[in-house]
Amino acid sequence: MSATSPQWSARDFPTAAKDLLADSQIRKNVQHATNVIQAKRAKVVGELTDWGELREDGAQIRAHTLKHLDHYLAQFEGNCTRAGGQVHWARDAAEANQIILDLLQQHAAKEVIKIKTMTSEEIGLNKYLEAAGIRPYETDLAELIIQLGRDKPSHFVVPALHKNRQQVREIFERELHLPGLGDRPEDLATAARTYLREKFLRIKIAISGGNFMIADTGGVCIVESEGNGRMCLTLPDVLISLIGIEKVVPSFKDLEVFLQTLPRSATGERMNPYNSTWSGVHPGDGPKEFHVVLLDNGRSPILADKEARQTLQCIRCGACLNACPVYHQTGGHAYESVYAGPIGAILTPQLHSMKEGRSLPYASSLCGACYEVCPVKINIPEVLIHLRGKVVREDQETLSGKLGLWNIGMQAAAFLFADSRRFALAQQAGQIGQKVLVSKNGFIEWLPLMLGGWSQTRDLRAMPAQSFREWWAKEKAPHLGNGGPPHVSTSGSNASPAARQPAESKPAKESRDV
Amino acid sequence: MSDSSAARAAILESIRTSLGAQSTPAQIAEEYAALPRDYKRSSTLDSSALLDLFQNRLEEYDAGVYRTTSAQIAATIAGIVESRKRHSLAIPEGVPTAWLPQEIRFEDATSFDAYRLDAVEGVLTGCTVAIAETGSMVLQNATAQGPRILSLVPDYHLCVVFADQVVETVPEAFERLRATDSVPTTFISGPSATADIEMTRIKGVHGPRFLDVVLVL
Amino acid sequence: MRVSLFITCYNDSLFPETGKAVVSLLERLGHEVEFRPKQTCCGQMHWNTGYLREAVPIVRHFVDVYRDAETIVIPSSSCVSMMRDHYLKAAESVGDAHLADEIHALLPRVFEFSEFLVKKLGLEDVGASYPHKVTYHASCHSERSLHLGDIPIRLLKNVRGLDLLPIQNIEECCGFGGTFAIKNADVSSAMLADKVRSVLNTGAEVCTAVDNSCLMHLYGSLHRQRTFVRTAHIAEILASGGDHASQSEAGRQ
Repeated sequence: MSATSPQWSARDFPTAAKDLLADSQIRKNVQHATNVIQAKRAKVVGELTDWGELREDGAQIRAHTLKHLDHYLAQFEGNCTRAGGQVHWARDAAEANQIILDLLQQHAAKEVIKIKTMTSEEIGLNKYLEAAGIRPYETDLAELIIQLGRDKPSHFVVPALHKNRQQVREIFERELHLPGLGDRPEDLATAARTYLREKFLRIKIAISGGNFMIADTGGVCIVESEGNGRMCLTLPDVLISLIGIEKVVPSFKDLEVFLQTLPRSATGERMNPYNSTWSGVHPGDGPKEFHVVLLDNGRSPILADKEARQTLQCIRCGACLNACPVYHQTGGHAYESVYAGPIGAILTPQLHSMKEGRSLPYASSLCGACYEVCPVKINIPEVLIHLRGKVVREDQETLSGKLGLWNIGMQAAAFLFADSRRFALAQQAGQIGQKVLVSKNGFIEWLPLMLGGWSQTRDLRAMPAQSFREWWAKEKAPHLGNGGPPHVSTSGSNASPAARQPAESKPAKESRDV
Repeated sequence: MSDSSAARAAILESIRTSLGAQSTPAQIAEEYAALPRDYKRSSTLDSSALLDLFQNRLEEYDAGVYRTTSAQIAATIAGIVESRKRHSLAIPEGVPTAWLPQEIRFEDATSFDAYRLDAVEGVLTGCTVAIAETGSMVLQNATAQGPRILSLVPDYHLCVVFADQVVETVPEAFERLRATDSVPTTFISGPSATADIEMTRIKGVHGPRFLDVVLVL
Repeated sequence: MRVSLFITCYNDSLFPETGKAVVSLLERLGHEVEFRPKQTCCGQMHWNTGYLREAVPIVRHFVDVYRDAETIVIPSSSCVSMMRDHYLKAAESVGDAHLADEIHALLPRVFEFSEFLVKKLGLEDVGASYPHKVTYHASCHSERSLHLGDIPIRLLKNVRGLDLLPIQNIEECCGFGGTFAIKNADVSSAMLADKVRSVLNTGAEVCTAVDNSCLMHLYGSLHRQRTFVRTAHIAEILASGGDHASQSEAGRQ
């Protein structure tokens, strides 16, 4: 039941990142936006004295739900159905697309309005509908920018974060035929309001995602800012909500946690302008027909991996993207997935049973900023390492992986580290062997093969002529000979009164002259 | 109608296979009840500080806040509506006549469709509960609040909040919503807004661009 | 106190002066330092790169060497974080309950160098003197795994003559990340460029940290760009120009 994702190519992260690093405009836009959003988040999170408890308790609610996901999904289905909703199940993208298309065709729909939903990006719904002659209109401002610009989302909360106002103005001017449109955000929002209002009033069928499904009420919760969500949820006759199976919470009451942590983490607001919850259909208020399409698409197998299961705790706030120093440099497109950033780096390969996105677990310096901000305490660095472990093990099962430079290098290093004598010999070999690489200034300015990436922008200090252990053996424990027994010590009384000023001596001096 | 029962069975089976050992519903309920709830769940502010906080939060969202007494509701509303240069407002069923000043025209819009609502000058509603810490009003499909569309399509929303409806924290609001947790519910925190362009919060995209609150002491 | 120094593989090979500084300072403070020559590596490079199975013998080797040590001091927060965050997992990954028990028993005796000075010895002034403009880079593991907070800064503020200059985005990663710098060299370089800009903006002569790994990375670029900013592990600063005032303070411990 591995995911299918029709829209993205499959370049590895370093390759895709290289292109984006060369795009100074995107980098500028991304850095500006993530700086703003991080500062806002820090302020409103700092206001809450119980942030730690909200994170912990929220994490536990999510973990508990996942542990009993079958139970809570069945409960949701029962309660949603009793409230007049209809629940459909889709194993993969193809099934979900087909279910939605069938529903639209039953109502002879030629057009459909949509709330931003990354789940629909995940299954490539828009393309599928267009191929069947149905026109989807994205109504979230950022998704509208993406749709009109024939672009891809780069952030799942703020999908057009990589575009600045001038670029948005150009897209709107061209696609909405608005010559002379201004580039103030107000002008652009007004243009979207005018363009979409007519669609909201006229089109009688809508597609949404969902932030939470509520098992005990059979309800759905949608969190948004603009009111486009409310338009799609309440004006049409028919509403179809496409939601990943992991997004259920046991009780309405649990929202009291997530409606605090999600807005503060996502947009740095105490509360986003609008949250909607409803159960099934309500006579005289909103759609007459309500469908939920529950999407698996690679999620259920993730539950089997106890280390990585926490990935599905995600409530899609995007805080980890905003905090990530890698994302700051590349933006979201480098991840070649709907789900970018640190959470994308662990979610995407798992959704594809580790058959795609295999470079993503390595797209992190493991700095830990993502874990620190995660409102449901997903230990992303830990999962990244766990997934790296899977990639390595799988690679080692292939001949090319086994004979690859990385594997050989790592096996060799492991061999050396297993025994201090081997390690000391390797140090001595390195001190001599490096000679061919060390420049006159005592630095290594060029490195071969896979190490070449380092020396593109960095020098490497040459190994000094004497390792610490050699110094110790010579200066501190000369009577014990090379290697010596495990317990060798000196006490303060007979130590040399070395009042060193190490930074005064240029490191290069200690390097061997070549 | 596509039949997804095979998919249903397969997905639930896949989940169960992944999870391994199953618990009974009673065990699950017990485990759920034992989950920690150590976050803040009650007020720490006195009533005057609470209302100040609520007002402050709303004003940060650029909503107008007008304090009044229950005897002065209609007069206060008249003043606000006049300053907004509006002459008529839509209202849901059940709005007390005591709220309604003579000089403004009110029409019951409970059954208005979107097109008719798009043409009104604004809407007046009450709310179920309000949250000071987040500057939120919670509206439900209930008396004096009406269907969700009412507080959505008009460009101007005037909301009446009574002091005893204001709680400090989000969990306190959920406690009050418990009895009506399946009713269509909207949390409104300021006018409609977006930060999609360069993360600049700007007012007024699709929901009401203007929001005023009458706070009745 | 009898302190067992785990120098770490890369300090041993590339930064012996850091180890010498640790020895010099701890001895100056009246402690007995031992060096166990059987030590090699903490296993972090293997673990973090996904060579989990290969890391386990290295973990076991560390435990074998230090099982009976009284106090282990390590001048590298990332190696300490490897131990605290991952050693138990490594033991669990091979189902070795005995190893896990030993790790449990060993971890409370493991200290990062600056943490040892402040938390274990209760010192903030070690009597150092270092008349230079210095900026401090908070390495990721010191900040987010060990939660050292302002511990290193408190130590630096008590160094005579040291002018501590604040750096922008102090907690943002320098882009090293072990093999990340090689596997994602371009992104790593971009992160490094931002960090180097922040360092240069401080006007400091010396950039310090509790990890030579970050400093090696930073200096790689500072040197390539022919700047005159140097890097020095915090131990080297704290060992500098020692006076005897601190010994009486240490004597109280």
